[in-house]
Amino acid sequence: MIHTRNLTRSFRVKRKKSVEAVRGLNIDIEQGELVAFLGPNGAGKSTSFRMLTTLLPPTSGTALVAGRDVQADPVAVRGRIGYLGQGNGAGRDYRVTDELLTQGRIYGLSRSEARRRSGELLESLDLGPLANREAGKLSGGQRRRLDIAIALVHRPGLLFLDEPSTGLDPQSRADVWGHIGRLHEEFDTTIFFSTHYLEEADQWAKRVLVIDQGLVIADDTPENLKANLAGDRITITVGTPEDAKNAAEIAERMEAPREVTVDGTKVTLRMSRGDAVLPEFVRALDAAGVKALTAELWRPTLDDVFLALTGRTLRESELEDDQADTSDWQGA
Amino acid sequence: MRRLVTDTGIAFTREITPELRYPTTIVLSMMTPLIFLGLFGPLLTGVPGLEVGLPGASPWQWFLPGIVVLLALTGTAGAGAGLLNESLSGSFERLLVTPMNRLAMLLGRTLKEIVTLNAQALLLILILLPTDFRLYFLGTLVGLVMLSVFAVGIGALSFTLAAVSKSQTVFYGVQQMTNFPLVLLSGVLLPMDVAPGWLHTISRFNPATYLVEAERALFVGDFGDSSVLYGAIASVGIAAVGLYLGGRAMTRVTL
Repeated sequence: MIHTRNLTRSFRVKRKKSVEAVRGLNIDIEQGELVAFLGPNGAGKSTSFRMLTTLLPPTSGTALVAGRDVQADPVAVRGRIGYLGQGNGAGRDYRVTDELLTQGRIYGLSRSEARRRSGELLESLDLGPLANREAGKLSGGQRRRLDIAIALVHRPGLLFLDEPSTGLDPQSRADVWGHIGRLHEEFDTTIFFSTHYLEEADQWAKRVLVIDQGLVIADDTPENLKANLAGDRITITVGTPEDAKNAAEIAERMEAPREVTVDGTKVTLRMSRGDAVLPEFVRALDAAGVKALTAELWRPTLDDVFLALTGRTLRESELEDDQADTSDWQGA
Repeated sequence: MRRLVTDTGIAFTREITPELRYPTTIVLSMMTPLIFLGLFGPLLTGVPGLEVGLPGASPWQWFLPGIVVLLALTGTAGAGAGLLNESLSGSFERLLVTPMNRLAMLLGRTLKEIVTLNAQALLLILILLPTDFRLYFLGTLVGLVMLSVFAVGIGALSFTLAAVSKSQTVFYGVQQMTNFPLVLLSGVLLPMDVAPGWLHTISRFNPATYLVEAERALFVGDFGDSSVLYGAIASVGIAAVGLYLGGRAMTRVTL
């Protein structure tokens, strides 16, 4: 569905200075995938999306989207994809139904087809009672649902969602994701979404592309990323430092651990599959007569993956970004 | 080509629908011309040099044609504000990701401005009918057509400015900077004949000046006046420039 080769985009920020927002993007996404594009603000997510959706011409490289080249045949690409941008897709002064009808007519539906389709979408996105209201008068969550409905009018096989839930309250976020998840399940829609919410990528994506400073630095399922790049951690406390030393020796003899550290009466093990290791470890301690007072299993988040990959957390990156204030070359 | 026509229709329908639902917006958006008509027009009684048509004709005969041009210079020239809002809020971006013809986006929006403009002009004519203003039907009709052609250009230029400026400050800054001189130098409010030589010379470089003169001739049914020809040339010229630049801006816009 999406195949890019060495796709780049630079922006001129000053007379002779240019910034490479995207540096050599190579992505392959197949039919039916649900993929997250995860990275801090300014990492190049939006710029990539804008190139893939024909909003921005690449500086170099190629991109095939839904089988068509974004530069050679942008109109064909536009006809085959759905796009949910970061802003408000529906115009403030237009009624909910009117915007849906307009969108349907743009995609070649007859008036009656457009009417039927907008009825279906109003129903499935719970917008029925709001049909005659102006988009500007809807709540944030309602407006987002309307934008999703608009993006779905022509039943696209490929959907781009640029930060679909940013700015929404937790309940609206869950609601929006419920609709997106259903779309993926029921219609096998290929979905590529960008987010800087870790939990969102973790919970909804079947595959995560981590992007930082214009480059994809990891690409796998959330589970594999966490297991391979961050790993689980087990922390136990025992009664005395001697016990802690014994416990560490026992841990070293086990197959799994990658790293064992002792800090006073506290022993920390790093490994993958901590859920399976923990009971085994406790039993081994028991057999050796070492009494564990507390045992804690700590599983990584994608933030730990990001930390392992870049040496900083996603949240730290966001802060740096705010300070650098690169917002004047918007869309990076 | 079929795509262009259909999409122009779709864009036009999208723009005109909210206006048809709330027609009061048409009246609200013509506040400036209405104020000039009501508060400035009466001052013109007895001002020499305003005679057009028959001797002793109403000063409205001179004033109204200028005011309809003012409608285009204040209303239509600000049309880009709507597009600018849409481009800042995200709905223009949404339309750019659809296969909708880019030129049609411009044409449909411009067409809606033309309809609004003509509705406003007709409203002003209706308001003046009970006075000593005399309506020359055919001349007025041709005058409105010429005004519409001019407004296609002005509207398209406003959309062009909106598409390239990307910020309120730039848009309103440039708009004000060009708009005021255009209005003041067009002879809409006072005849440029009484202007000092240098000002008169500058005003000859303003296409709106020619349009205003042509409208004054047409509104008294004087088709033979040479100003009609010059007005037509100025209007078609502005329309051509506006559509060329607007079409280019729309196909290249990246937001």
